[in-house]
Amino acid sequence: MSGNDGRTPSDKKWKYIGTRPIRHDGLDKVTGRAQFGADYALPGMLWGKVLRSPHAHARIRKIDVTAALALDGVKAVITGRDFPNVASEAAEGGEGAGDMADLAMNVIARDKALYHGHAVAAVAATTARIAEEACKRIAVDYEVLKPVLSLDEALAKDAPILHENARATGHEPLPKGPSNVASRREMGRGDVAKGFADADVVVEREFRTPMVHQGYIEPHAVLARTGQDGRAVVWCCTQGAFQVRAYSAKVLGVSTDMIKVIPTEIGGGFGGKTTIYGEPLAILLSRKAGRPVKLVMSREEVFRASGPTSGTHVRVKLGATRDGKLTAGEAVLVYEAGAFKGSPVTAAMMTVFAPYKLANVRIEGWDVVVNKPKVTAYRAPGAPMAALAVETVLDELAEQLGLDPIDLRLENAVHEGVQATYGPKYRAIGFVETLRAAKSHPHYKAPLGPNQGRGVACGFWFNAGMSSSANVSINEDGSAVVVTGNPDIGGSRASMALMAAEELGIPVESVRPVVADTEAIGYTDVTGGSRVTFATGMAVIEAARDVVRQLRARAAQIWSVELDAVGWEDGRAVLLAEEKNGHEPLSLAQLAAKAANTGGPIVGRAALTARGAGPGFATHLCDVEVDRETGAVKVLRYTAVQDAGKAIHPSYVEGQYQGGVAQGIGWALNEEYIFDKSGVMENAGFLDYRMPVASDLPMIDTVIVEVPNPMHPHGVRGVGETPIVPPLAAVTNAVQRAARVKLAELPISPPRLLEAIDRSA
Amino acid sequence: MKIHVHTRVNGEATEFLCTPERSLLEILRDELQLTGTKEGCATGDCGACSVMLDGRLVCACLVLAPEVEGRAIETIEGVAKGDQIHVLQKKFLEHAALQCGICTPGFIIAAKALLERNPDPSEEETRYWLAGNLCRCTGYDKIIHAVLDAAADLRGGAR
Repeated sequence: MSGNDGRTPSDKKWKYIGTRPIRHDGLDKVTGRAQFGADYALPGMLWGKVLRSPHAHARIRKIDVTAALALDGVKAVITGRDFPNVASEAAEGGEGAGDMADLAMNVIARDKALYHGHAVAAVAATTARIAEEACKRIAVDYEVLKPVLSLDEALAKDAPILHENARATGHEPLPKGPSNVASRREMGRGDVAKGFADADVVVEREFRTPMVHQGYIEPHAVLARTGQDGRAVVWCCTQGAFQVRAYSAKVLGVSTDMIKVIPTEIGGGFGGKTTIYGEPLAILLSRKAGRPVKLVMSREEVFRASGPTSGTHVRVKLGATRDGKLTAGEAVLVYEAGAFKGSPVTAAMMTVFAPYKLANVRIEGWDVVVNKPKVTAYRAPGAPMAALAVETVLDELAEQLGLDPIDLRLENAVHEGVQATYGPKYRAIGFVETLRAAKSHPHYKAPLGPNQGRGVACGFWFNAGMSSSANVSINEDGSAVVVTGNPDIGGSRASMALMAAEELGIPVESVRPVVADTEAIGYTDVTGGSRVTFATGMAVIEAARDVVRQLRARAAQIWSVELDAVGWEDGRAVLLAEEKNGHEPLSLAQLAAKAANTGGPIVGRAALTARGAGPGFATHLCDVEVDRETGAVKVLRYTAVQDAGKAIHPSYVEGQYQGGVAQGIGWALNEEYIFDKSGVMENAGFLDYRMPVASDLPMIDTVIVEVPNPMHPHGVRGVGETPIVPPLAAVTNAVQRAARVKLAELPISPPRLLEAIDRSA
Repeated sequence: MKIHVHTRVNGEATEFLCTPERSLLEILRDELQLTGTKEGCATGDCGACSVMLDGRLVCACLVLAPEVEGRAIETIEGVAKGDQIHVLQKKFLEHAALQCGICTPGFIIAAKALLERNPDPSEEETRYWLAGNLCRCTGYDKIIHAVLDAAADLRGGAR
């Protein structure tokens, strides 16, 4: 459904956006030609390997690399001592909170190893086998410390302390002296006590979710070539080449111009590739060895040492009147940060009640360090776990009040003009539209069989703006090139080309979209935050409009008229005056052919910080069947309804919805980090860390609602992250109804569900 | 001590030298520069390195390189014939059955193996056959549609 509701700018009849052309990089990707991170090689290249801590918590007393260096074929060995001390400052341009000092310590340990798998040293050698052997010969003297492996352990009195010198920040009451609390913050409004007093029904529930991994199929890979002058060229699979450049420069203590980052094709990221791991190691190894160095993580390393998202403990309390009006909400969100501060708890606080009109709210958020990998952004960081709690509590309220779960949400849904619980007033948003579309969808009325249940859940994500640059140049024959700095992680080249085609009025097939390196385009923030089609798209549109202005000026010059007398219609300059004086419209190709004689090449540019990313809202429906003998859950049917503002390439919008749902179903039913008592992850492989496979899932139906974002020239709002917010709760609500149980912990694995069924019997 | 291995890759006689513990995946990628075959796990769990070995679908990471002596390998680089792409490749593009694209070569090889043995698979058969190939981006929906559509096309073409 396309719910254009008379608001600008979607009144306009679009010619190219909203169509489904073949993506420009598609052929390379179906034929194996596309080069991803690990596909690059250089003459004389060495292989890097990282030595990782075998302990989850240990002081590093001494590292002896003599035996490793003595091995034939070993060209360089580095440890934390080869890196400068890095001052504490915010890591900009990525996604989620980050501190440069922490990032540097996460790249390679200095005095302390803070999780099992923490990098301790790195080697470059002529073969990967020799590099591995050399790692075994590095002697590290550890003082093994007791690890902190859960939120309860971290917050216990007399807990071992990860960072002795750190102190909790935020709102009092805060722990005095050293603790594992990085921060504790509160936000809220209204009178919560009065709100709950006014309620006819109050439901309060607690939930725990484990650490889970983004699960991109491509392990982190980097190839670095550093010259004797220290200048480095880095090929790596990243969501943000400019962030790799900035962060690596800071970790290495060099200026930004010393590093050039060439982003390769990227094999998934979901937030996990918005930071750095091996990049500074490869640069320094290459500098020491005087040869290029390639460093590729194994899958096991990806699990043990790259970005999971937080394990959480969330408590939510909601009150409502008999007719279903919410009166107050309270949430306490406690999030694991992993080994360094910076869990996405702040985003969780801001999103937890964002979809609902609530006058009285109190929200508390804790950021807690534990001896597990440092968390990294994962698709709508922090929001899915918060939504799990709110949406299941809403379901229980609906049951207690005898209300339809969608009607309860409709009663309280935010809309244009409502002040969000996190502060701003919503502009045009499509939440109510998604609820109505879900309610009228055939899925919602389909009959259910025995042991089957239907879950409803909603989700919200801010979507990001941030900075982007774009160049659009016109070729001699009237075709065009669009250059941006965002790695294409899911079809964004096609979206950029579509928006440029729309503005220029030429076929999308005549527009070549290019992803440039850090020295070929202006600064651009990460491919993340659901920002590329919105923000970089906005830059592309501005750059294309710059081109159109220049083309009109060329026509004005040819016709000897004022610029204002020339319009741009369907790829042609037209004289606006009634009297045409024989001036036939000039096509883009005709103007391009005359470029050399009318002022030279035609290149448009834009560089901007995009404001007004329209928030994304979704409503999901999920049907499951529960096997009461085994506790197994089968997802039978799933429908994701979401507001896209304007779907530029609908197939890839649907793909975002479907992919987010699949990840959310995995999170709900199967995925979890399992640690042994010493803090070693026991399931660091795809066999035991069970992500959904094709036979686990049904077709995932999608409904694209379009309530244009008034802040984007084509009405776009980000779509990538919102789809992972509702599924945890949609699945949980469905299972609770199917099995007639109450659940308090993810994943809903067969043994856990069986236990709940036995308990309820 | 290196072993001299003679094989055929995508129909072409190919030789390489390798130590006995190296995997076929390492040889394809690092020695023969056939990087279209991807490494996602190196433990046979993700299917990104799917190749055909004497007509049988295998994970190249689980095959020792010396084992391919005298045998025939087909990789993603051999699926398109000259300037003609395979129907599966065409359908993956038309159905937007890829987002990041890292799993795509493995899926195309595995799907091709399916259609060669079962030209008319059901959705469920297709899902189970492809259960050894992980995709984290798409939720599999569009991949399954692309494979079923390719199967229909191939059946139509045979008539």
